[in-house]
Amino acid sequence: MTTVSEVAKGGLGAEAFVPGRRAWGDSEPPARVVSSEERMWTRIRALWASRELLVFLTRKEIKVRYQASVLGLLWSLLNPTVVLLTYYLVFTFFLVSAIPYFALYLFSGLLVWNLFSLGVQTSATSIVGAAGIVKKVAFPREVLPLSQVGVAVFFFSLQLIVMAIFLAAFRILPSWNYFPLLVFALVDLVIVTAGLSLLVSGLTVFYRDLEHLIMVLMQAWFWLVPIIYSFNNHIWGQATGAKRILKFVYLADPVTPIILTFQRFFWGKLGLAGTTATSIEVHFTYGTYATLLAAVLGGSVLVFLLGMRVFGRVAANFAEEL
Amino acid sequence: MTTAIAIEGVSKHFRLYHQKYTSLKARILHPGRIPYEEFWALRDVSAEIEAGKTIGILGRNGSGKSTLLKCLAGILKPTSGRVVLRGSLAAMLELGAGFQPELSGRDNVYLNGSLLGFSRKEMDRRFDDIVAFAELEKFIDNQVKYYSSGMYVRLGFAVAVNVEPDILLVDEVLAVGDERFQMKCMERVYRFQAEGRTIVVVSHSPDMMRQTCDQVLVMDGGRLITIGKPGEAIRAFRDRLLDTGFVPEPGSPEAIAAGHAAEVRPMRPRMVRIGDVAVEHDDQDDRPYLVTGEPLTVRAKLDVTERVLGAGFRVTILRGSDIIFISDTGQHAGGVNLEPGPQEVAFRFARIPLLDGSFSLHLDVRDAGGVVLDMREPACTFEVMNPGRATGLVDLPMEVELVQLESPPYSEAAGSTWL
Repeated sequence: MTTVSEVAKGGLGAEAFVPGRRAWGDSEPPARVVSSEERMWTRIRALWASRELLVFLTRKEIKVRYQASVLGLLWSLLNPTVVLLTYYLVFTFFLVSAIPYFALYLFSGLLVWNLFSLGVQTSATSIVGAAGIVKKVAFPREVLPLSQVGVAVFFFSLQLIVMAIFLAAFRILPSWNYFPLLVFALVDLVIVTAGLSLLVSGLTVFYRDLEHLIMVLMQAWFWLVPIIYSFNNHIWGQATGAKRILKFVYLADPVTPIILTFQRFFWGKLGLAGTTATSIEVHFTYGTYATLLAAVLGGSVLVFLLGMRVFGRVAANFAEEL
Repeated sequence: MTTAIAIEGVSKHFRLYHQKYTSLKARILHPGRIPYEEFWALRDVSAEIEAGKTIGILGRNGSGKSTLLKCLAGILKPTSGRVVLRGSLAAMLELGAGFQPELSGRDNVYLNGSLLGFSRKEMDRRFDDIVAFAELEKFIDNQVKYYSSGMYVRLGFAVAVNVEPDILLVDEVLAVGDERFQMKCMERVYRFQAEGRTIVVVSHSPDMMRQTCDQVLVMDGGRLITIGKPGEAIRAFRDRLLDTGFVPEPGSPEAIAAGHAAEVRPMRPRMVRIGDVAVEHDDQDDRPYLVTGEPLTVRAKLDVTERVLGAGFRVTILRGSDIIFISDTGQHAGGVNLEPGPQEVAFRFARIPLLDGSFSLHLDVRDAGGVVLDMREPACTFEVMNPGRATGLVDLPMEVELVQLESPPYSEAAGSTWL
């Protein structure tokens, strides 16, 4: 006689009825509430608790993008390098701009713009693209668009590295005294991008073609901020009356002061040297930049809260809409 | 008593649009309100689920049971009412949901854990267990897109059960993998029960509920019909099906429910306890499997605390969740009288007709009136190897006989059309 069976452990036999320990010990576990009325504060706290997930998703996005390529991450460094070199060649030798050191000027603005537009545009489809998870797993949905912002921040830092190498190679010193403002501007930029990303990703679930509309709007927006041209333009001149209002409206675009700060930091020292009294240096003191950025911070937080609110409204129906 | 899940007046309302516009363009071309029908998937459902209990949610298709589970999981937000959950939660609505095909198994384990709300540190601690449970040690650094569907599902299950949630929500996903893996999953569910975790399972199978659940919640038309002990609840479910004039399709979950909704009596007090159960073959060699056609002996240890007259044993052999046969000593040999004290009982089958596969064996013991005294489900597992050529489930020896006929095998009229 040979026994051929394995004894099944823990069946509904005697030992299964051993009074078990509570999984959470003696203390009361924290309560979690599922309802359609979640307070903004609760959601922001839940989002904070999911920061590790946000980092995971961001890293996943980056990894997936470069997994199959031999050069891997080098590709993402190569792209801004080639762009910057091209600008340098074109604007130094062929298309001489009225703005001195134009390649540097352009790239300072593009650093900001690339983060902003990449973040907002890729977020648009972030929920729709993750339908599989959204329908089957519960987690704060906000991390999906925000991870796209994370990816944009990652590419921004790569471009920043290229910029630093470029500056070092040409022995150009940025305006270091503006460094705190640069950090301030970056914080503003991330908040406003995150806010718009939330708004756009939530709405795209309901209007799938919003993605294309955003692409078009982004192209128009690009020309509404001083990246290719100088803010220090003759149309402002000695801004008075109606022009003052127009100028105010122009600066009300949160991206504009951020771009101006970046340009001031990277390009300002070189570009503003030897310019005449019409330069923005005259109108824009350190304090003006700081004030503008503070106003942008206020606006960015409002955009973020609006994004969170709209997102919260539509998020309850994501699982059924997808 | 601690309440693990409190469902407080939960309603869920869907809008069913006749024509759904999912683009801005269409919305602009069709201004005004889009006609829709209201559909209440859940209506004012309230229930309290005690910590450490296993709860089944039973209902026919469209009864709202899956919607309820999704509300518990937090995937859907109720239109009104709320759900309060105490403790960490893992939902298995689909195994491997959220796996990224481009990432390695390792990355996916961390990502999945993170989606379930567990930190990197917690996942570090459990990683080896997860990989061992999924039996994917060799493939963990391969991209998930190269996994077979079985490997995929195993990894998904391994993550969900090894993060050790306080509350586990399961949606009929246990029927995955090969038989051996299924058994392993069930074992894990039993261990969860023993550890005092709360389990909520949605299933079509009343049998499975009866075996594993402490309480069953019956849903119909978005409303909670009853919540109670499995036997009573399953009966209520069957009555509901009959009351509403619902004619189940043969083979449908409802039909199975109606058919199997037999009386179930409480299992306690335990006069008999079944100990270890083993399956043996007669040969002297120690091969760890049975061969098709040989005799099989089932040996079970019993601990009898009170005398039982006319006890009946029932041996059930299953492959996966499919019952292959049920053998009842009540039918074959009449009752057995059990005297108090430890003892061993053997059941002998002269010839095992099973072909290849792994099988599980359930054993229960009843008194003369049919009341279940103890049951072991599953009591043990065993493998059968078939040396012959027959394939399928059982071995039915076949004889061939050839007879010459006088006339053609087809009629004259049809003959011309042949070939």
